[in-house]
Amino acid sequence: MSDTPGLASARPSSGGADSGSAQGITLTVNGSERSIAVEGRALLVHALRDGLELTGTHVGCDTSQCGACTVLLDGHAVKSCTVLARQAEGREVTTIEGLAAGGELHPLQRAFVEHHGLQCGFCTPGIILTAADLLSRNTSPSDGEIRHALRGNLCRCTGYQGIVESIRAATTRVAT
Amino acid sequence: MIPAATRYARAQSLDQALELLGEPDAKAIAGGQSLIPVMKLRIARPSVVVDISRLELHGIEEREGTLHIGPLTTWAELAAASLSPGLEAIPECAHGIGDVQVRNLGTIGGSVVHADPASDMPAVLLALGARLQVRSSDGERETSLEDVLVGPFTTALGTQELVTDIIVPVPQAGSGSAYVSVEHPASGFALAGAAALVEPDRERIAVTGVGATPFVVPDGGLGATEIFGDRFASDEYRRELAGVVVERARASARARSAG
Repeated sequence: MSDTPGLASARPSSGGADSGSAQGITLTVNGSERSIAVEGRALLVHALRDGLELTGTHVGCDTSQCGACTVLLDGHAVKSCTVLARQAEGREVTTIEGLAAGGELHPLQRAFVEHHGLQCGFCTPGIILTAADLLSRNTSPSDGEIRHALRGNLCRCTGYQGIVESIRAATTRVAT
Repeated sequence: MIPAATRYARAQSLDQALELLGEPDAKAIAGGQSLIPVMKLRIARPSVVVDISRLELHGIEEREGTLHIGPLTTWAELAAASLSPGLEAIPECAHGIGDVQVRNLGTIGGSVVHADPASDMPAVLLALGARLQVRSSDGERETSLEDVLVGPFTTALGTQELVTDIIVPVPQAGSGSAYVSVEHPASGFALAGAAALVEPDRERIAVTGVGATPFVVPDGGLGATEIFGDRFASDEYRRELAGVVVERARASARARSAG
C-alpha cells in the first residue's frame, strides 16, 4: 500500500470527527469483487493503482485532459482521475489488466501490436479502453468517428495514424 | 492532484439530498466532470460532497408538446437522442461537448448549475426557451433559465435547491435549430458559440463564451452588448467571432426548418 492521500494507509486525517476518514467500499474490478478503504476525497485512479495495485491505469496530466487514466465504468469510458472512488461503489470497473481473456490478448491489444499503435506506450491503456467503448457502441466506425472518439486521449509519440489504423484493424476483427 | 479532505454522502432520496445540502459548504455532485477538476485545484473545498447521481432524475421524454430532460441525463445520452424536428440543436451540441469520457459522465443539470460562462448547452436551452423545475424543502417552483444564470459560475439557485426537470417547449412544425461554436483548441471551451431556433414566424438566438453568462441576443443584435475578452481572445475578436457563429447557426437552423 502507498501513502497516497485519500487511501487507507494515508496519515490520519487532521480534520475533526469523521471528517473524510476512510470507509470501506466494494466494487467489481475486472470481474472480481474487491474491497478497499478510501477517504471521501480519494480518486478512483488512486484506488486502482495504489489500493489495488493495478498500475496499468496511468496518471498522465492529472487534470482531466489526457485520458491516460481511462477505464470502463459499467462499460463506459471514463477518466478515473475525475471520478471519486466512492462514486464507483457497487459498480463494475474494467482496467487494461482485465481486457485480455484466458491469456489471449483482446483484438484491440493485438491490433495495436501489429499496426504500430504505440511507441512509448504511456497513453495506450487509456486509448485501448476508449476504443473498446467506441466499438461497443459502433462496430464499424469511420476514421472520422474513430478520431472523434479519441479526442480525450492525448498521444505525444505516434501522431495518431498508427492508433487509428490499429482501431480500424480491430474493428474488422471484432466484426468478423 | 488530490482534493482537500472532504466527506462523501450518497443521497438515497431527493429529500435526503436537500437535507444534506443544508450543511455549510456542502456541494452536490452528479457526474463530477466540472466539480472534481476544481476540487483537485482546490478552488472548491466542499465540506461534504452529496452524491445525487443515483437519484431518479434521469431520462429524456417528450409529452404534450414539451420535452422533459432529467438533470442527471448525460451528454452521451443526449447526443444519441432522437428528438422532434426543431430540437436538433440539443443532440448536435451534446455531441461536441468535451470528449467521450466527459460525455459519459457529465450531466446537463450539472452543467447548467455550474454556470460556466463558456458552457455550450445553456446557449441551446436559452434559444429554445427552456425552463427549470427546482425543488427545495419548501416545495417546487418553476423558473426560466435566463433568470437562473446571473453571472460567471453564479446562479440564482439557493444552496438547498436542486433542479429536478429541464423543460423545453417543442418548437412548432416547420422549425429548425442548430448550435455552432469555435473552440479554444486546447481547452475545447467555446471562444464563441451560438444557438439558433428558427420558427416559421420568429427566430431566437443565444450566444455563449462572450459574456458573463450565456445570453439571448437582443432583437437589435450584439452591437450594443458588452462582450467579454481575456488572454485567450480579445473582446474585439470575440465580437467578430460571435457574429460569425451566429450567422452559421442561423443558416443551419433555417436549412433544417425548410427541410
